[in-house]
Amino acid sequence: MTDTTERRQIALFVTCLADTLYPDVGRAVVSLLERLGHEVVFPQAQTCCGQMHINTGYQQQALPIVRHFVDTFEPYELVVAPSGSCVGSVRHQHAMAARAAGDEDLARRAEAVASRTYELSELLVDVLGVTDVGAAYPHRVTYHPTCHSLRMLRVGDKPRQLLEQVRGLELVELPDADQCCGFGGRPEEPCAMLADKMANVLASRAEVCSAGDSSCLMHIGGGLDRLRAGVRTVHLAEILASTEQVSP
Amino acid sequence: MSIDEDGPFTVGAPLPLAHAPRGVGHLRGDRPFPQAAREALGDTQLRRNIGNATRTIRAKRAAVVDEVDDWEALRDAGAALKANTMARLPELLEQLEDRVTASGGVVHWARDAHEANRIVTDLVRATGEREVVKVKSMATQEIGLNDALADAGIAAWETDLAELIVQLADDLPSHILVPAIHRNRAEIREIFLREMAGVDPALTDEPRQLAMAARTHLRRRFLAAKVGVSGANFAVAETGTLSVVESEGNGRMCLTLPDTLITVMGIEKLVPTWQDLEVFLQLLPRSATGERMNPYTSFWTGVHEGDGPRAFHLVLLDNGRTATLADEVGRPALHCIRCSACLNVCPVYERTGGHAYGSVYPGPIGAVLSPQMTGVEDNASLPFASSLCGACEDACPVKIPIPEILVHLRARHVEEQAAHRRLPTGEAAAMATAAWVMSDPRRFAAAQRAVGAGRLLARDRGGRRSIRTAPWPLSAWTTSRDAPSPPTETFRQWWDRTRGEDRS
Amino acid sequence: MSARDDVLARVRSALGRDPAVPEVPRGYRGADDDTDDRSTRLDQLVDRLEDYRATVLRVDADGIADAVARGLDGAEAVVVPPGLPDAWLPVGPRIIRDDGLDADALDQLDAVVTGATVAVAATGTIVLDGAPDQGRRAITLVPDLHVCVVLADQVVATVPEALATLDATRPQTWISGPSATSDIELDRVEGVHGPRTLVVVLVEGQT
Repeated sequence: MTDTTERRQIALFVTCLADTLYPDVGRAVVSLLERLGHEVVFPQAQTCCGQMHINTGYQQQALPIVRHFVDTFEPYELVVAPSGSCVGSVRHQHAMAARAAGDEDLARRAEAVASRTYELSELLVDVLGVTDVGAAYPHRVTYHPTCHSLRMLRVGDKPRQLLEQVRGLELVELPDADQCCGFGGRPEEPCAMLADKMANVLASRAEVCSAGDSSCLMHIGGGLDRLRAGVRTVHLAEILASTEQVSP
Repeated sequence: MSIDEDGPFTVGAPLPLAHAPRGVGHLRGDRPFPQAAREALGDTQLRRNIGNATRTIRAKRAAVVDEVDDWEALRDAGAALKANTMARLPELLEQLEDRVTASGGVVHWARDAHEANRIVTDLVRATGEREVVKVKSMATQEIGLNDALADAGIAAWETDLAELIVQLADDLPSHILVPAIHRNRAEIREIFLREMAGVDPALTDEPRQLAMAARTHLRRRFLAAKVGVSGANFAVAETGTLSVVESEGNGRMCLTLPDTLITVMGIEKLVPTWQDLEVFLQLLPRSATGERMNPYTSFWTGVHEGDGPRAFHLVLLDNGRTATLADEVGRPALHCIRCSACLNVCPVYERTGGHAYGSVYPGPIGAVLSPQMTGVEDNASLPFASSLCGACEDACPVKIPIPEILVHLRARHVEEQAAHRRLPTGEAAAMATAAWVMSDPRRFAAAQRAVGAGRLLARDRGGRRSIRTAPWPLSAWTTSRDAPSPPTETFRQWWDRTRGEDRS
Repeated sequence: MSARDDVLARVRSALGRDPAVPEVPRGYRGADDDTDDRSTRLDQLVDRLEDYRATVLRVDADGIADAVARGLDGAEAVVVPPGLPDAWLPVGPRIIRDDGLDADALDQLDAVVTGATVAVAATGTIVLDGAPDQGRRAITLVPDLHVCVVLADQVVATVPEALATLDATRPQTWISGPSATSDIELDRVEGVHGPRTLVVVLVEGQT
């Protein structure tokens, strides 16, 4: 683990989804890392990781996106993204797609960039060596671990370690937490899976459902909002950036 | 195929892929998965049955796996053993044939389902018998053996309780291990009362009574049977030994009482040596039924003097397996030991059941095996029947990388479509456009500004704005969920505005 | 070309010229890794067997015939393999030495008594391999009650150890409790087609 006092330069891969629909998540990552004393840079050339194309079978078409990602982030020593699925794609799909297209050079470059790219909780706990990020968030929160973080990246209990240090936060177990929320599926099964995920969120009696992936939160949050369930979804980054005090 | 100095069977140009033929067997559904799934999702009884069943097995499996300190080491060995076996398949098959023959068995080879059915039918005819007893065998379901035998006037009696239920109901199996999982006790009672000759009309739906009714019904058949047909869980190349792993005892009945035994087995079921079974005999029972060991496992090698059948025939089946072997990324699907652990953890399978997949191999393994055996285009919807959650790979005792193979097969499908169409589909055109946009930051930023127009669709909901309804194609989302209202500025616009001088 | 030639050619074509043959990592507990002591093994075997609802009678070498009698529980007609020791058999029931009885004849009998070749403690498994004191497979299949005598020396700790002691080419039946099915709503029902009752006589001390 790195000395926590050393100031690092960290390139932010904000992800196309957060960039476009959830900029608060990006702002939260910036404010959190700066509060911890690090320098955040935002390579403006960035676009997307390409997982949408790779996962829907348009692997050939994803190549220019992969190449662009590698070109954009290659100059940086450390890259962070507030998304388990995007980092999963970078780490497990970029080199594979390049190889499948016969581009060994791009594959090697992609592997090198992937080795320096981290999901937010991985960056905080493993690289920056910190679990108490000085956050305060006085709410009752349940955490959905998300399939990519759980199974592809194996972040384990890093998010829990971070959330447990947040002042005022009451962390409650999500029943059947390891069940998929359904976001990655085609038409109808996602609705069936979402129904069970929402039922579990509501059973936890939490005020907030959090996760490390905006795509899952958009799916779960969209369902909860449709039901007017009175539970909102908040990204892990936003909680960790928060210094919200309980009003006296 | 060219002959060169290295020997007669070396590789020249690769042979064309031989897929499992159409019009025979049960590897293809009559509708694409999304259609079949929609119907299944609405079947509340099916969902209750399957939901309860899979939840129960998951818990049992987790408990017995937890007990095993070297579980991960066993999985690593199992995965490597299977890959090792596939890589040496030609020599190992020849060794198996040699050992079985030396022990008094006869080995037959079947290129596809038609050939396998013909071989088995001819073998049964040669005995003069008009009926056979069967041990549950996915391979024989795959090739539609019972139908082929029926066409030849030969009755094939299923003896596995679940297969018996499926047969009496004139139904198809919906799960690899528990084929009648889609039926609850009340339905089973009804089926027995309707179809089982001589059954007690006072039969209740208590599982014990139902099982005893099956026992009585089948016992006569077992004791009189002259020909048994089985599959095999494993075949040991080193010794020519075959194995059937079971719970009820019907396997033992079919393997030892008849005069003639015919075993149909996929060529991928090999293990190299007897000692190698130590890995699979530990992985299989715990993964399949959540037991430390299943009640009965039988091993036999050819013909045993004075003990069991006097004639033994082994039918080695291709039927699309060599086509699967030819795809280096998809090949691990052949490592499957048919435990069904992946079915039991799959959130999609749990909600749709097996029939929606249209193949006797459903669920995650079916989604990667069935399309490779039939050719991807004949089962094109199956690789997409998944949210890529990865629970299957975690549960698989031999670590088959199912999500990776699903993504690979999706790519193969898209390539097939592109190769066979003059004009791209609407989806392909949209994806090409999206890729063009996403590979350049200025085009990307321009597209983001267009998305901002969606704010017009948003409504206020006590401080937060969201989109309740949207026109096609966004309606695919908003029919069941709210969508976020696009923010007034994107992240990069904010960064630009507040940190312009920090631009990299 | 024969089907055999065809299939093998397809396999070779599919694999290509030089398929990579992976090494197999053997990090799991193997046949040579036995560290359990004997009494732990025996206790574990008994625990597993009882978990499967088999009945276990623990006796010393002098008590075999009595235990077999208890296990037979009044059975009248009992089949035994040709090589089963006379000393193991109680007085009382009609004993028939198997000499190739047909299935119907076996069906008329109440019980079977055999020895075993090896037992696995970790999984509660008993292995029969057709030795003279075990007989052919049909005799332990058709009668409804199986009394099996297992000697403590025959008990090993793990599956790998068991495989190492067995001859692959002998006809084997591995038994782990009475037969069962969970096909009906996953409700486990014991005793479908094999013997519905399994009694194990576990013999400690010298025979």
